Amino acid sequence: MKTSPAKPAPRKADSAKAEEALVLRLYVAGQTPKSLLAFANLKKICEEHLVGQYQIEVIDLLKTPHLAAGDQILAIPTLVRKLPEPVRKIIGDLSNTERVLIGLDILPRE
Amino acid sequence: MAKTRSEQKPKPESKPRQQLPKAPTGVQGLDEITGGGLPKGRPTLICGGAGCGKTLLAMEFLVRGATQFNEPGVFMSFEESNKDLTQNVASLGFDLNDLVARNKIVLDFVYVERSEIEESGEYDLEGLFIRLGAAIDSIGAKRVVLDTVESLFSGFTNQLILRAELRRLFRWLKDKGVTAIITGESGDKTLTREGLEEYVSDCVIVLDHRVIGQASTRRLRVVKYRGSMHGTNEYPFLIDESGFSILPVTSLSLQHTVSNERVATGIPRLDTMLGGTGYFRGSTVLASGTAGTGKSSVAAHFAEAACKRGERVLYFAFEEAPAQIMRNMRSIGIDLQKWQNKGLLQFHANRPSFMGLEMHLTAMHKEISNFQPQVVIVDPLNSFTGDETEIKAMLMRLVDFLKSNQITALFTSLTSGDAALEKTDVGISSLVDTWLLLRDIELGGERNRGLYVLKARGMAHSNQIREFLLTDRGVELRDAYIGPAGVLTGSARLAQEAQERAEKTVRQQEMERRQLELERKRKALEAQISAMRAEFDAQQDETLKLIGQEQTREALLDRGREEMSLSRKSNEKGEAK
Repeated sequence: MKTSPAKPAPRKADSAKAEEALVLRLYVAGQTPKSLLAFANLKKICEEHLVGQYQIEVIDLLKTPHLAAGDQILAIPTLVRKLPEPVRKIIGDLSNTERVLIGLDILPRE
Repeated sequence: MAKTRSEQKPKPESKPRQQLPKAPTGVQGLDEITGGGLPKGRPTLICGGAGCGKTLLAMEFLVRGATQFNEPGVFMSFEESNKDLTQNVASLGFDLNDLVARNKIVLDFVYVERSEIEESGEYDLEGLFIRLGAAIDSIGAKRVVLDTVESLFSGFTNQLILRAELRRLFRWLKDKGVTAIITGESGDKTLTREGLEEYVSDCVIVLDHRVIGQASTRRLRVVKYRGSMHGTNEYPFLIDESGFSILPVTSLSLQHTVSNERVATGIPRLDTMLGGTGYFRGSTVLASGTAGTGKSSVAAHFAEAACKRGERVLYFAFEEAPAQIMRNMRSIGIDLQKWQNKGLLQFHANRPSFMGLEMHLTAMHKEISNFQPQVVIVDPLNSFTGDETEIKAMLMRLVDFLKSNQITALFTSLTSGDAALEKTDVGISSLVDTWLLLRDIELGGERNRGLYVLKARGMAHSNQIREFLLTDRGVELRDAYIGPAGVLTGSARLAQEAQERAEKTVRQQEMERRQLELERKRKALEAQISAMRAEFDAQQDETLKLIGQEQTREALLDRGREEMSLSRKSNEKGEAK
């Protein structure tokens, strides 16, 4: 398991770049419009803000329903930031980029 | 699991039409109220305030389903972790770990932490559906509990989505054909805080935890049950080590079977007063009286007599501890300890204020059902605090329950000094069959006890007041002396008795005196008679002597005459021939 060398929870996009890659998990349930939209939005955000600093895993709960309990998934779609800790969750189709960035601790919270 | 919780779920016997299919809960009493259980394959809402037992009722429904009706279940908790839940219900005797290991129950703890979640755009709760669906399919669950689904409202900001999803969830549960319980916290004006009753409308049960006069009572009410008859009253319930017990108490039909058998009261003289053989079996006896008139002693006698017959006696004590009762009764020669050791006598002591009326009633029901006594003693009845009509209603239910089980009951009731003797505080006189009135009689500077039978339904009974004595051999009843001044008891009676004894002695002496006099007279008469006889004898002797002398003289004269003639006419011997 890779760990970040020092500074935890970087607040700015600039510093995040120096950080370790984000491990992201997107939970979906089948190829629903919302799921497809969420995945597209996520790719766009990552490419714009986290170039090369991320890895995305998509989990389809229709195929592996038992994985829902582990990350306490209720809403679909849910994006989970597994690393760095602490775990963050963003639910919805990720159409509001600002909220996604806040959720990923890339933008500061109000 | 609890053994008494037997298969007494009442099947709705005489059903004219096709009834809604029902899933028996196995919860004592609930199946009776709902006419067989919760609506099968539909969601039921259980709501109530904090700490009223929603989670426990839901859990018991699930556990009993899994253990008694072979219907595995899923418990989805939104509030308590699996570990906490397992520990909490272990106190009711449910071993969740075992049930989970045997694939009878699935616990799923759903945890929503608002601070961890950011919302961005549209979403739905498909994840919840998938989790629940997976859990149901993993064990073939027939029952589902969602406890408390309202927690979701604090986890998600978009209420519109949430409400739409909940509506979809309940429909989905119905489609799945599982019998579900959804719990909800009571709201201010609505049944639940988030208005869940809008979505779950097949069956709504409200639990309540009310405090009246510092005593708390738990109650349950079926507010709504679509397509089924149900009891509409508020029913008290208990939560204890064997789970829930709800008391369906409205079965007030006067259809008890009656017995002609008599049971001895333990006080022979009282048996005599009650037509010779005691109380009727299954009847209700009230011993009322002012303080210190011996009510408990009458009760203890009856308890002892029942134990001697080999019957079981359940003694509800509300003012004295069992040890104190036993000590006190030993002083009048009644050994209750012996019977307790033999298991024939069981005490159940509680302060009346320990819980509310309904809880007392429920607890008594439970104790009676467990112990199956032939005799129940409640000492005293009127220590219950509360509204008079409520107490009366409770006692009516108790009397009803006892009668329908053919249990002979003896209640004691304290009458306050200035109240009318015939009035009991709780006004249950119309409920009792035999009423013994114990009273104190103040006379001549002392206080004594009296007893009489105020009423005894169906038996010829004495109308006499008897003096009631507490001796070291138990209760003794004596005839009271009734004179012009009223009933005499105690010293007055003793004085009266002494006086009577004295008078009797005087009368006896007089009689003896007369007898002596008679004897004397007889003797005098006899003496007189003998004197007269002596005189007569003397006279007789004299007379006889005189007669003898006369005869002798006569004879002598005769001889002399003869001799004379001989001498004169000796020559004319031949001539004479």
